[in-house]
Amino acid sequence: MAGLAAAFGSGAMTNSIEELEYTDLILATGTNTTENHPIIGMKVKRAVRQQGTKLIVIDPRKIDLVKYADIWLCQKPGTDVAVLNGLMNVIIAEGLYAKQYVEERTEGFDALKTTVEKYTPQYVEKISGVPAEDLKKAARLYAKANRASVIYAMGLTQHITGTDNVKTIANLSMLCGNVGIEGGGVNPLRGQNNVQGACDMGALPNVYPAYQPVANEDTRKKFETAWKATLSPKPGLTLVEMMNAAGTGQIRALYIMGENPLISDPDLHHVEKELKKLDLLIVQDIFLTETAKLADVVLPSASFAEKDGTFTNTERRVQRIRKAIEAPGEAKPDWEIISALASQIGYPLQYSSAQQIFEEITSLTPSYAGITYRRLEKEGLQWPCPTHDHKGTKFLHKDRFSRGRGLFHAIEFIPPAELPDAEFPLILSTGRVLYHYHTGTMTRRALGPSERYPESLVEINPVDAKKFGIADGQMVKVTSRRGMVEAKAQITEKSPVGIIFMNFHFAEAAVNILTNPALDPTGKIPEYKVCAVKLQAA
Amino acid sequence: MEKKILITIDGKEIAAKPGQTILECARDNGIFIPTLCHYSHTTNVGACRVCMVEVEKARSLVSSCCMPVSPGMVIHTDTKQVRDAQKMIVELLWSSGDHNCLTCEQNGQCELQNLIYWLKIEKPRFTIQPPGYALEDTNTMIQRDLNKCVLCGRCIRACNEIQVNEVLDFSMRGSHAKVGPAFDADYIDSSCVFCGECLQVCPTGAITYRQAKFAGRPWEMDKVKTTCTYCGVGCQMDLFVHEGKIVKVSGNREYGKPNEGSLCVKGRFGMDFISHPDRLKKPLIRHNKNEELKEASWDEAYKFIADKLTAVKKTCGADSIAGLASARCTNEENYLFQKFMRAAIGTNNVDHCARL
Repeated sequence: MAGLAAAFGSGAMTNSIEELEYTDLILATGTNTTENHPIIGMKVKRAVRQQGTKLIVIDPRKIDLVKYADIWLCQKPGTDVAVLNGLMNVIIAEGLYAKQYVEERTEGFDALKTTVEKYTPQYVEKISGVPAEDLKKAARLYAKANRASVIYAMGLTQHITGTDNVKTIANLSMLCGNVGIEGGGVNPLRGQNNVQGACDMGALPNVYPAYQPVANEDTRKKFETAWKATLSPKPGLTLVEMMNAAGTGQIRALYIMGENPLISDPDLHHVEKELKKLDLLIVQDIFLTETAKLADVVLPSASFAEKDGTFTNTERRVQRIRKAIEAPGEAKPDWEIISALASQIGYPLQYSSAQQIFEEITSLTPSYAGITYRRLEKEGLQWPCPTHDHKGTKFLHKDRFSRGRGLFHAIEFIPPAELPDAEFPLILSTGRVLYHYHTGTMTRRALGPSERYPESLVEINPVDAKKFGIADGQMVKVTSRRGMVEAKAQITEKSPVGIIFMNFHFAEAAVNILTNPALDPTGKIPEYKVCAVKLQAA
Repeated sequence: MEKKILITIDGKEIAAKPGQTILECARDNGIFIPTLCHYSHTTNVGACRVCMVEVEKARSLVSSCCMPVSPGMVIHTDTKQVRDAQKMIVELLWSSGDHNCLTCEQNGQCELQNLIYWLKIEKPRFTIQPPGYALEDTNTMIQRDLNKCVLCGRCIRACNEIQVNEVLDFSMRGSHAKVGPAFDADYIDSSCVFCGECLQVCPTGAITYRQAKFAGRPWEMDKVKTTCTYCGVGCQMDLFVHEGKIVKVSGNREYGKPNEGSLCVKGRFGMDFISHPDRLKKPLIRHNKNEELKEASWDEAYKFIADKLTAVKKTCGADSIAGLASARCTNEENYLFQKFMRAAIGTNNVDHCARL
């Protein structure tokens, strides 16, 4: 998000899901779309099969989309910047870029040009393993498309160079004039139902709702007046920083609503140790999650089917959820719990409904100002939607970027923090599978998905399986510098040689015991996609 | 302006759009033609022939879903010849399957049942001879009873043209023809990804939502439109509620963007966690670090937290408190959470797991 915001002035998905069905080319990188966003995956497949849309996949794994792709660039994990710079090298060298667009709407092109000069297809092949000829073909295909859309997800961001990766993909898109047009754009696919909304609402340490900085005095005054409170000008800590601060004693109390960091965070042994040091850990959730088991207080909350409210989807579309049934026992909607707790500590918060809170939100959040529950009754609205007669915004940066001119960032390739060596000879990459979701608290309690995918699998290439003496379906031990987990082997060519893949849905094979907590310096995202491991039969 | 094509349907003069089929044109003008295999936004296959109409000067009845309009066409949708043909088709379909509405989950929303009623057929004039296929109940999500299949092919088109999963097709020939995955495998043994599009488009009770079996009749259920809680796509869906419980989930094409009625396996079959016995029902407090969590009242829990937070804030300052909001919760709750941390506690230490 930081990467896109730096390039364009806004970190959100620039275009809409529906546009994927009438663009000329889709570049999918770091997204296993058919498993993680199946309905978007469906649209990509439909575009390819029915509209003749070209598809370029850049991914180390042979994901399902590869079957539909015109070109698949199979890079070594963590070499994205090199590959993308290589594409731009070819596009600039062959004069295929959008010269007028670059001149009129962007800045920083000369620095970019100088930087990518070195990334010739031959040089990139050495770094990434992508054949020079394939790279050239992909570059020409991308550059010659009238409108090209990029979709990406955590495969691009969960690296120490995550922000660099995103800036580089923004470079490529701007270079060919694909931002600010219908059917184009740079489109981060959000992994959770309301990541976009949580960011929009200011559940971030440095901004209030609608990304209004806490450090800006005018903004702060506006919120102080609205909330009748004195507010801190100092930006707060990010999630991983909080965990570390809990370890040093700087953080003494932690209030967690609807998250399970004890499965989702990197280097779990470390997280557990830190959480245990807290004076007070409050966990508010629908199940007694691994994190809740460590808590001093656990508050039972209502699920999405038991309350009213809104979610904002990956394409900035604000949509309603509606109460269908009563919450079990004494469980309550999170907003009721927060209000009661605030009142108890002397800051009375009284709301009679989610709608009333939404009305307060729209009064303080310019991009949501035109949205009302009434308008959402029939169909969702995409922000920015500043007034009550505004129809919402299908794609961003039309005619002008949010920041004025689009900014190219000249980015050099940096290798991942931890690479294989003699002791840990394989790369472990992590992610989700179709049938499960995040830390598994929900899907593992659902009969169907659990029937289809009952236990954690380690995806291993046949060559590696042979090398390490592992048979399909056998239990294996995967060990990194941080710990060891056991799971069942699945021998498959979906994993390339030298790379194994595991999911993080199963607490009993918690892959984040293994992962490297090395962070991207800007986005503070851990490097979930690359760490060094060894593999043995269990 | 686009050129119009002038035609007549049931004596009504109509200006049709070029390329329109007779069926589309009739529907646009409020003229009802029954259909069975037709499913909009998929290929018109003309498989069932239920949509037959009479076109003057045509050699035989034509299937209106496939026939494009042409200038001067005179069409009759409601003649004896049309109705006789439709009855014949429907009676043949009826008698070649095991259409037992008494126990069928589709009772009340079955398109074959509706057709039989609309055509006023008492009983088929042919002997009922079901093919005798075994019920496919080898998975917990989708049940298939091919004895109720009318071979309309909607499931095949849904699988290939809507979801592009490319799992289903016809196999065998003639009276042995059937739909299914390659090599006649059960869904669970095939490459099926259980999106359930096939069950959503099936006009009869051949493909049904297994966990909703005997869980309530269609007319007894409340339907609540909501947004899926899983990934960031934000699919619009209907939750079917019976006696306070969610028994079924379905997509709904009328809701439009972003998913136009399609869902994935998690959205359609992953909602039973809501009523799982593991759900937390009461607040829990651990009074001392080495004790177990014990049930408590809300008042006790609020007081416990407020006392502790106030004490920490007093001794170590507001910045020694941090909060994690949630990409799983609503906008309203995230807004309130950060307001709580910033205004009630006095710190900007608030984040969520967007990065994970």
